[in-house]
Amino acid sequence: MNARVEMLRRQSIEAVPMISPERALLMTAYYRDDADANASSPVRRASAFSYVMERKAICINDGELIVGERGPAPKCVPTYPELTTHSLEDLKILDSRKKISFKVSEETRRAYRDIIIPYWSGRTMREKILANMSEAWRNAFAAGIFTEFMEQRAPGHTVLDDKIYSRGLLDFKSEIDSAIHALDFLEDPEAYDKREELTAMAIAADALILFARRHSELARAMAEKEKNAEKKKTLMRISEICRHVPARPPRDFWEALQAYWFVHLGVITELNPWDAFNPGKLDQHLYPFYRAGLEQGILTRDQAKELLQAFWIKFNNQPAPPKVGVTAEESATYTDFAQINLGGVKPDGSDGVNEVSYILLEVIDEMRLVQPNPSVQISKKTPDHFLEQALRVVRNGFGQPAVFNADAVVEELVRQGKTILDARCGGTSGCVETGAFGKENYNLTGYFNLTKVLELTLHDGFDPGTQKQLGIKTGDPVRFDSFPQLFEAFRKQLRHFIDIKVKGNQIIERLYARDMPVPFLSLLIDDCIGKGKDYHDGGARYNTSYIQGVGLGTITDAMSAIKFHVFDKKTVGMAELLGALERNFEGAEQLQDILKHKTPKYGNDDAAADALMQAVFEAYFAAVDGRKNTKGGHYRINLLPTTVHVYFGSVIGATPDGRAAGEPLSEGVSPVQGADRNGPTAVFKSVAKIDHVRTGGTLLNMKFSPRILEGDDGLKKFAHLVRSYFKLDGHHVQFNVVDANTLREAQKQPDRYRDLIVRVAGYSDYFIDLGRDLQDEIIRRTEHTTWSGSGAET
Amino acid sequence: MQTGIVFDIKRYAIHDGPGIRTTVFLKGCPMRCQWCHNPEGISDRPEIIFRANRCRQCEACIEACDPGAIRRRGSGRVIDRERCTLCGKCTQVCPSEALEWIGNEMSLDDIMAVVESDVIFYDESGGGVTLSGGEPLNQLAFTAALLKRCRAKGIHTALDTSGFCKPDELESLIDLVDLFLYDIKLLDDRLHVQYTGVSNRSVLENLGMLSSNGSVIHLRIPVIPGVNTHIDHVNALAEFIRSFDSIEEVDLLPYHSLGVSKMERLNAGEKELGKFDEPADEIIRMRESMERRGFRVRIGG
Repeated sequence: MNARVEMLRRQSIEAVPMISPERALLMTAYYRDDADANASSPVRRASAFSYVMERKAICINDGELIVGERGPAPKCVPTYPELTTHSLEDLKILDSRKKISFKVSEETRRAYRDIIIPYWSGRTMREKILANMSEAWRNAFAAGIFTEFMEQRAPGHTVLDDKIYSRGLLDFKSEIDSAIHALDFLEDPEAYDKREELTAMAIAADALILFARRHSELARAMAEKEKNAEKKKTLMRISEICRHVPARPPRDFWEALQAYWFVHLGVITELNPWDAFNPGKLDQHLYPFYRAGLEQGILTRDQAKELLQAFWIKFNNQPAPPKVGVTAEESATYTDFAQINLGGVKPDGSDGVNEVSYILLEVIDEMRLVQPNPSVQISKKTPDHFLEQALRVVRNGFGQPAVFNADAVVEELVRQGKTILDARCGGTSGCVETGAFGKENYNLTGYFNLTKVLELTLHDGFDPGTQKQLGIKTGDPVRFDSFPQLFEAFRKQLRHFIDIKVKGNQIIERLYARDMPVPFLSLLIDDCIGKGKDYHDGGARYNTSYIQGVGLGTITDAMSAIKFHVFDKKTVGMAELLGALERNFEGAEQLQDILKHKTPKYGNDDAAADALMQAVFEAYFAAVDGRKNTKGGHYRINLLPTTVHVYFGSVIGATPDGRAAGEPLSEGVSPVQGADRNGPTAVFKSVAKIDHVRTGGTLLNMKFSPRILEGDDGLKKFAHLVRSYFKLDGHHVQFNVVDANTLREAQKQPDRYRDLIVRVAGYSDYFIDLGRDLQDEIIRRTEHTTWSGSGAET
Repeated sequence: MQTGIVFDIKRYAIHDGPGIRTTVFLKGCPMRCQWCHNPEGISDRPEIIFRANRCRQCEACIEACDPGAIRRRGSGRVIDRERCTLCGKCTQVCPSEALEWIGNEMSLDDIMAVVESDVIFYDESGGGVTLSGGEPLNQLAFTAALLKRCRAKGIHTALDTSGFCKPDELESLIDLVDLFLYDIKLLDDRLHVQYTGVSNRSVLENLGMLSSNGSVIHLRIPVIPGVNTHIDHVNALAEFIRSFDSIEEVDLLPYHSLGVSKMERLNAGEKELGKFDEPADEIIRMRESMERRGFRVRIGG
């Protein structure tokens, strides 16, 4: 990287995340003093957005090529009091907690105490949501059976397609105008609502254009004072770009990146949607600008790379909005999951890899930032060379990029009812979630603790954690005389808790649709303009609600232990087993060892264990898939954990697979940490027995010792492994290439390993920023290694 | 039903021939190499190994052992191999897998079930099956039958052999093997006897036989400092193998001491392997010598 990029990168890494009260104060001022109480909900939201974009502090930092920040400066993180207003206690926790902290100044604290809290108290979405949830929902939530995504952040989970590269916001506005003119107030009972929503979209579009113009003016003012001729020229160019985009379509590579960045800032300032937002298939969107730039002689490969690096750093400047409580535990990271997709297929189904894809691999390798969160999309048409280059970066050991099966992703989308063309324009976002970019609202609604449901089943619906009868009565398992009886009881409990979760979701969806419309995001996602409906209200062409299953490995091994030892081999009686679990194996260490080591386990290509995994999968799928949500779409499943497997494990006692009370669960679709012992091919075979195509994404983590991948030969075999998994319809795999000793050293001497980045689950993070439980969990994951002899090394 | 004694089946074996492979380790070996890295493959009978680091001192094994062959030693266990009847009960009851049965009697079907699990990986990578040991020719009929079964499924076959056998035994397998991984340790017969317990005459002759037959050979040389790394020996070896046209590649296998700890698990120090350093510059010199003579050289196989 060149000196400019190096400086920008260093500034970004060294900036300390802090809370900025600016947005909260502006929102408070608008709603308290300025808002037209008679205006419709979307118009008020758009006007509030406009109020912020017109007044928020803006900055152009020294050396920047891509400009604009969400907060007043890099890593100054705004808050969203209309969703959740942090209490003074919350601010204290955010400021002082050891990991993922945000500095809170005395001034900020006072602003909260005197202005923000007094106004928003009783008015937040979080309070409305919790007040509307049933007692059953609140009990299940408190017990850790599921989490709730919408209590601190808004539904987002969407990605942009190519629409902003050929059209400016002024073009969007004329489309909005036509839609308003076409409204038929005589025939369409929703015409008024549509007009309000469309009017709001137009206000929001103007707000972003104004925001860009402010940057144009600032750049010009700075240029006028600038003595250095080179810097002056750059500032003048920035001023020109910001006058042109995003109002009008970008004319070159630089303008395309800046246009996206303003749109990005618009989306994440309007609200704090989950998974940031991201440009999706960036290489495909940029390639026409890249090629034209080279042909016209106005762009070189190096310049393109520098701009992309400057663009990369802007993502790293925006830590995920601060979270507290359970939401902080399920997503304990600064990463905001802007998953930029490389490669994949084009809309016509042909290979999507181009020169920009290769440049981006170099950018990823050189930047080594935890944000954005890039992935490569590998189809059967993807050249081996691209896959190998991507794995070369993976081999360098910081967990990026993640590797996805582009063909499976298309198949998943088509199964869900997307057209083949919309499916090919889709990809993955967040950790591993499948979506039709630019056309879908594919909301994650909460994690679901599959293993906890088994624990309740083993207690006839009683929760040993909260000491409450939360589930239905499905019978005392001591009286069960066959495994199918137990499984049937599990199935009933599962359905019971999914019902509770879905009932809550349906209410929350309507609360967002009514009170928290997002006209700016809506104008970007098809077919919100055409339908005159908000993104939160079914405006998108496709609307999917996900519930993410967690602990598939742990529950499978637990089921396997019960089936194998209690019912098949009768090694131990059910009562004795339950007694041992209750005592956390105290005095039953031998039984714990037997359960751990002498049980068929998932992840070994073992037919018996894998069949149980499939049974759990089918039960979960049947409980969720195909239910209707409130936006004209359906519920689907996916299997990923972020960091919730640590929290979910902490609320479960000892489990029949030999896991001690409180230990983390398995993550994603990966085997239980250390349970897979037959090498990587066996892991892939087991995991591929999941019907990935019927999910909206699965997450598989693998850990390799660096030497197994050494040399060109090691790299090629690595590539063959990935291709084989994808032939088996696997959805995704990500790698840590680091040995356990290095990680243990990093625990002992964190200061010496400040830059050690590891793959957690669907994202990379600084190892020393992870909680101790999560660090230990990553160390316990099976490390695939090899040597030219028989047996294992230890 | 034909059965063989197998001491390990390793999937994702990436050092035993091209592509992603499954290596089947067959028990029993006529050589006694001082640097053996699979000592549990030497005996042709099943054995029980003890891993001290896994033992929880629970006594389940001592209680289960009818002939009383297991006793405490310090915080570990020691098996009296004379008394042990190889009933295997201790390995079944041990909850922490400290005691492990080595050498399962397996049918062709048993083995093929594992081998065929990874066909998709072989197809993708140009891999297949490698038979190793021990010395697979020690179970000649079973090895031949297994190779035939792989052939019938179109799976690429490699045979990792010491070449220490009767020529007609090796010859009987030629049509069933796509690739020979053929070990050469030392040219000097006196030293060969000293370090491996057997003469190298048949080894060298059989290599000639395979080569004149046109069999594809990857020559495998364990690199043992102080034994076969002297530059004169290296050059002599390189010259010697130059005459065999069908050697496609030379694999240099650096010595490592993992076999020593395996040996401890096998017999708690009653028999010992030699002690050697791990090679450093020796590997480079050897590679240069081979490459100078036109060989493709791979380190680590």
